[in-house]
Amino acid sequence: MAETAASARVTPVGPALPVVGKSEIKPTWCPGCGDFGVIAAIEIAVKRLQLPSQNVVIVSGIGCSSNLPHFLSSYGFHGIHGRVLPVAEGIRWANHGLTVIGTGGDGDGFGIGAGHFVHAMRRNVDLTYVTMDNQIYGLTTGQASPTSSMGQKTKSTPTGVIENPIEPVALALASGATYIARGFSGDPKHLADLIANGIQHKGFSLVDVYSPCVTYNKLNTFDFFRQRVYKLESAGHDPTDPVAAWQRALEWGDKIPIGLFYKVDKPTYEDLEEVLSAGPLALQAAGLRGKEKLLDEFV
Amino acid sequence: MTEIGVRIGGQAGDGIASIGESVARSFSRMGLHVFAHNAYQSVIRGGHVWFQARASDGRPYSPGDSADILYALDRATVDIHAPSIRPGGTVVYDPEKFSLPESGLPSGVRALEVPTLAMARKYTSQSILQNAGGIGATAFVAGIPLDLLHQVLSDSFGKKAGEIVDWNLGASAAGYHHAETHWSVHPHALAKRGAPKLLMTGNSAIALGAAAAGCKFLAQYPMTPASSIMHWMAAHSHTLGIVVKQAEDELAAVNMAIGASYAGVRAMTATSGGGFSLMVEALGMAGMTETPVVVVDSQRAGPSTGLPTKTEQGDLNLMLGAGQGEFPRAILAPSNPAEAFHAMIDAFRLAEEFQTPVLVASDFHLSEDFMTVDREEVDFNVPVPSLFTVPPGEPNYLRYQYTESGVSPRAIPGQPGLQFVAGSDEHDERGHLVSDVHAGIPRFVSERQRMMEKRMKKLDGLARSAPPPVLEGPPEAPLTFVSWGSTVGAVRDAREELTERGKVTNLLRFPTVYPFPAEPTRSLLAKAKRTLLVEANYSGQFGRLLRAETGFACSDRLLKYDGEPFHPHEIVARALEVM
Repeated sequence: MAETAASARVTPVGPALPVVGKSEIKPTWCPGCGDFGVIAAIEIAVKRLQLPSQNVVIVSGIGCSSNLPHFLSSYGFHGIHGRVLPVAEGIRWANHGLTVIGTGGDGDGFGIGAGHFVHAMRRNVDLTYVTMDNQIYGLTTGQASPTSSMGQKTKSTPTGVIENPIEPVALALASGATYIARGFSGDPKHLADLIANGIQHKGFSLVDVYSPCVTYNKLNTFDFFRQRVYKLESAGHDPTDPVAAWQRALEWGDKIPIGLFYKVDKPTYEDLEEVLSAGPLALQAAGLRGKEKLLDEFV
Repeated sequence: MTEIGVRIGGQAGDGIASIGESVARSFSRMGLHVFAHNAYQSVIRGGHVWFQARASDGRPYSPGDSADILYALDRATVDIHAPSIRPGGTVVYDPEKFSLPESGLPSGVRALEVPTLAMARKYTSQSILQNAGGIGATAFVAGIPLDLLHQVLSDSFGKKAGEIVDWNLGASAAGYHHAETHWSVHPHALAKRGAPKLLMTGNSAIALGAAAAGCKFLAQYPMTPASSIMHWMAAHSHTLGIVVKQAEDELAAVNMAIGASYAGVRAMTATSGGGFSLMVEALGMAGMTETPVVVVDSQRAGPSTGLPTKTEQGDLNLMLGAGQGEFPRAILAPSNPAEAFHAMIDAFRLAEEFQTPVLVASDFHLSEDFMTVDREEVDFNVPVPSLFTVPPGEPNYLRYQYTESGVSPRAIPGQPGLQFVAGSDEHDERGHLVSDVHAGIPRFVSERQRMMEKRMKKLDGLARSAPPPVLEGPPEAPLTFVSWGSTVGAVRDAREELTERGKVTNLLRFPTVYPFPAEPTRSLLAKAKRTLLVEANYSGQFGRLLRAETGFACSDRLLKYDGEPFHPHEIVARALEVM
């Protein structure tokens, strides 16, 4: 039985295996929520890549967007607030035959989980992190988030935010992520391209998504972004140029870029972890039977 | 039981731990039982550190109260430790380094002058050799054969051999022969007795036990006194195929371990109280998602940063209550390295069988002190069954199915047709949330209650499967010691001393502190007359647990929270008071 499970795990993608699609659970987001565009884009991406449900794990934290794993037919881990990435990394290292997608919000990833964000990127763990960035705390009914704009009035900042927002793309550049993109949930087709390419990229892929909260963020609305976003692909941006990526990452105002900022090929953590060269850890032998010589070091 | 104790003291940076370990290892290679205590401070250079190696023909369970030979690398060592040297003992020192106190040494203790610096200068002007002559002289007085000492020293240098090894052997031989000419072997010195024993710290035993249990993944953040678990695992990572990840913090460490476990490997983390405090929320997540994980809390004297290199059993309340809400857990508390090896095997077995977190309570005293172990005590023939227990494509698979035992069939990502979401929110049998649109709706109110009961039912199974309490000694004894964890060692030594004095006692110890084994405890205590609780914390945390779970209050207690492990004589004195 173990062998069956093991061989199923490493079976190449084939048409006979059901591909990730919708689950029997309907999303519980507010009507018009930006996250509908994100889940649509993920569905398009995994369908295009023909990823079978059994080989995909979607990991999330806590927040409106973190309910996402329940709405798809893959494996999922809906953990605690801010810990998406360490759980996702653990899953990757236990079985690097799996496709691991992290999902969550800006509070989860750039607030309470900011430490893990930086470290997962510098490790270049081969996973894709899709952040549904709505610049607000939605599930807790509208407090400032780490990406809320300076001056933005929220329940926790009635006279306006007085700290600078984190720019996830810039932080990713500084931290060593090897695929850094920004999408807009108002353009799911474009977003699907970014996510699909991110999944295919070997290394840490960040896809930060402007995914407006239609209930609590009256500033960063769909219209706000529709009027401002432009695509890097049509602006002559060279995604292999880190300096250009940095300049684009700092653009905010009348024009806000979306698309692929930066991409570089580097060895992943899994490539460099020698133990994993023997195959997925979950399929390797365990225990110390027959290794009694190990005790000689204690003599 | 004949024993001989060697104490070595100096400043951090003098290499005390490595000299001490060489002496301890020489004894264990002679086939003697050894307990060795490494007392250091939270400084890298300076301060005062010391190491005690106690060798015996019977099994010592603690560092003991005193020693026979003191090798002093500085004057402070003499001032601090000479009073602990038994009559007939020797202080080894180099008069070129410092002078003895004018008040002299305690009566019956004599000084052996060894020109260690001069012996070192024969080979090099560097300071690295200055201990070698002293080790040689100490070994002679302690009855360690020179060839055996040399073998241990050569091995400790490993493959980076070269002239440094030859210098060490030369200078230590000079010290040995100097003592042979001017001194005599201590009358308590023991001869070689049989095959060499294994000498290991609690942390080595913890790591070894984990590997034997099938652990494939350790994520950890450095924190004394748990760090050497990671060091052992990292050193053996490639040969044993265990992924060792130094995480960015303890939040990451425990979440990585839970992620790895969810994806089908046996996984653990280890830390001390400060790091354990950060892991608390994730423990509840492991309980809620029913993901096995093993967490070692090697306690040190708290609160807060406390005394980083000193011992305490002060985290019991924390381990019992760690995490909001209620979920099943087990807490195991080994008392020495051999038990720690088995506790880890039990911990992985229980975590896996009941799909919930299992905590292993160690402390500085257990984690970092050395004790001899016989090869038979560390059996590697541990069952490591496949974790793929659900047939792929099982129809109507329910990850959180209601069962009699509360344990549901566990699918692993990669298995076809068994996809589920492990949720930290309350969920139904399928794993679907009942926390949002269903919360408070009557059908889901009862669902919540049922799911809570399903999880908590696992406590019954854990209680049945975890190691039971053990009564050591005659059941009718007039005094029963009640103890747990590393403190059990000093109680065992105290009992031996009391027996020699004609005082009959017994000891009730608890390899499992939670789920609390209330029934067996009640019956084991039914015949107890006076009971003396011995544990290393201020408030008697275990005594309180015992009382809460059984209604039984110990008649007397001996608590210690000065950071030092219990000395047998302290326990003997208290026992004599209450008997």
